[in-house]
Amino acid sequence: MGIERLNKTGMTRRALLGRAIAAGALTVTGVGFVAAPNAAWAMEVTVITPAQMAALLQMARDIYPHDQVPDKFYAVAVKGYDAEDKKALVEAGIAELDAAAKAQGHADYVSIGWEEDRVKVLTAIAAGTFFNTVRAGLVTGLYNQKEVWPIFGYEGESFSQGGYIDRGFDDIDWL
Amino acid sequence: MANFDLNDDSVVVIIGTGAGGGVLANELAQKGVKVVALEAGGRYLPEDYINDEWESFGQLAWLDARTTSGDWRVAKDFSGLPAWIVKAVGGTTTHWAGASIRFQDHEWKALTNYGAVDGANLLDWPIDGAEMAPWYEKAETKLGVTRTGDRAGLPGNNNYKVFEKGAKALGYKEVHTGRMAINSKDYDGRMACQQTGFCFQGCKWGAKWSAAYTDIPAGEATGNLEVRERAHVARILHNDAGKVTGVEYFDKDGNLQMQKARIVCVAGNSFESPRLLLNSASSMFPNGLANSSGMVGKNYMRHTTGSVYAIFDKPVRMWRGTTMAGIVQDEARHDPSRGFVGGYELETLALGLPFMAAFLNPGGWGRSFTTALDHYENMAGMWIVGEDMPQLGNGVTLSDTKDQHGLPVANVNFNDHPNDIAMRNHAYKQGIAIYEAVGATRAFPTPPYPSTHNLGTNRMSEKPQDGVVNKWGQSHDIANLFVSDGSQFTTGAAENPTLTIVALAIRQADHIAREMSANTI
Repeated sequence: MGIERLNKTGMTRRALLGRAIAAGALTVTGVGFVAAPNAAWAMEVTVITPAQMAALLQMARDIYPHDQVPDKFYAVAVKGYDAEDKKALVEAGIAELDAAAKAQGHADYVSIGWEEDRVKVLTAIAAGTFFNTVRAGLVTGLYNQKEVWPIFGYEGESFSQGGYIDRGFDDIDWL
Repeated sequence: MANFDLNDDSVVVIIGTGAGGGVLANELAQKGVKVVALEAGGRYLPEDYINDEWESFGQLAWLDARTTSGDWRVAKDFSGLPAWIVKAVGGTTTHWAGASIRFQDHEWKALTNYGAVDGANLLDWPIDGAEMAPWYEKAETKLGVTRTGDRAGLPGNNNYKVFEKGAKALGYKEVHTGRMAINSKDYDGRMACQQTGFCFQGCKWGAKWSAAYTDIPAGEATGNLEVRERAHVARILHNDAGKVTGVEYFDKDGNLQMQKARIVCVAGNSFESPRLLLNSASSMFPNGLANSSGMVGKNYMRHTTGSVYAIFDKPVRMWRGTTMAGIVQDEARHDPSRGFVGGYELETLALGLPFMAAFLNPGGWGRSFTTALDHYENMAGMWIVGEDMPQLGNGVTLSDTKDQHGLPVANVNFNDHPNDIAMRNHAYKQGIAIYEAVGATRAFPTPPYPSTHNLGTNRMSEKPQDGVVNKWGQSHDIANLFVSDGSQFTTGAAENPTLTIVALAIRQADHIAREMSANTI
């Protein structure tokens, strides 16, 4: 995974904001791309719509919100939904999500400003297949990205460095 | 390396090569007995092990289909994965943490010492601590268990130091870095622990004992042991006299083969062993082999488990060093004043970030969940392992689901007994108190993972009507059919089971070799 995979999956720095329309924290460019407002990254979608991908990204962040984890890692985690065999699931799922948002008095899910209110919408669909498919997929899709681990302080394998026998397995100093 | 003919009916066939089957195979081979060991998985050695949790899981875990039922949370969160055990040469000795502690004397006689418990199917083992003491000593020597013999303990890592300080603050006395089958010094041609972590993914240094690179190659070196990898046993065969005569298995290419045998020993862990006996039903044994008692697949135990993780205001980095780095044994006693019979051990445990995300609160989401992971670096963890109650309704039956060979898979049904729940809640409370005593700012009573300690589904009993095998692991019904894994456990005790499985296997090898010489089987 990592940078190579990011490039393979179509995410590169692009200046796409000229024609952007705002959609929550993310930007749907209207030409098959979802981009970060600061142009730090963009993702091309070819099967599902940019609006659907934007909703998936927001949903991923609301399910597992880590404020210190940049959007690009969430994008990697949900990129796989831009596929023919996922199209029906995503269409029905985002429709379910937006219907739940409307039922709670919102225009749609991604336009809800406060996370707390979006969580209420997610809670309304939390027993369903779509929510649980996305949630379960994120457990590996987000947390098994090696590039995410350092953000949490996790060091991964240590065998290649000879373990921690001489590198702090017992270095706790505050007890 | 030996190569025995399929029609050689003088061999002992052992099904499974883990702590039970792998040790039994070597012990018999050392005594000159010819053994064919059939292993469903492939062969992986330290250079093959992968220090990445999900990748390793894909390499080693038993992922063939299983189904679940009952009120245990595993059936909801991991419905197709009731156990986290290994499909490979060496079995789950690749994955185990290495904790090697003997049963306490009173635990061999649970029914006598606890009294009858409503809803539980307690029974005394037909053996006791005195009978097992010399076999335990042999097992400890084989495994190089620390803090036994003249072997020193392992040094404590950060996770242990937090645990130890909290435990001692609570007044616990039996707190130490455990009796572990992990070398504190070079031993038996294997090197000392390098505090690398990833004990669950196979020890890349070989510092932790695993049958995969000790007993299996030692047995093969005698010329008396042939291990056939990726050989999935479908059925045990018998003759009109009711003696087993061999096994049918699917070889690595999926072709059905038949290996003749003088004796068959089943050691496929507590789901596959009863499943195989049930799948071997015939007109003579319509309820499955060795099942005149009706106890095959019943009385499944998985230890009363759970974990406690806690967050501190400063880093712990629990993943550094041995995964299971220490133990509190004070609660392992039988003291019904706590509101339950039997006892439990507390043992440190660490998961990497990927598995912590999967197991901290399966199905959990939102900020309650993610703020816990945000402080992963400041987290310490421990695991509860306590005696759970054998219950007739808990166990393995044949599912409607079929595996890749068309064989019915194991359905595992489990409901907690009230004693299990009372014990777990007590342990959660004590575990949280340990961490709060060293300043934890938040604690998490984490539900049980898919089971690693699977016990009791072919239990040992004095009387044939109470269980499946006698005190040698020999089936009550069929003299040349043995059970050699943890499924023969009458009760589970509070201790991690591997040392006892190994001790029973060494003892069983002695018995089988003796009876073969005497021509009684």
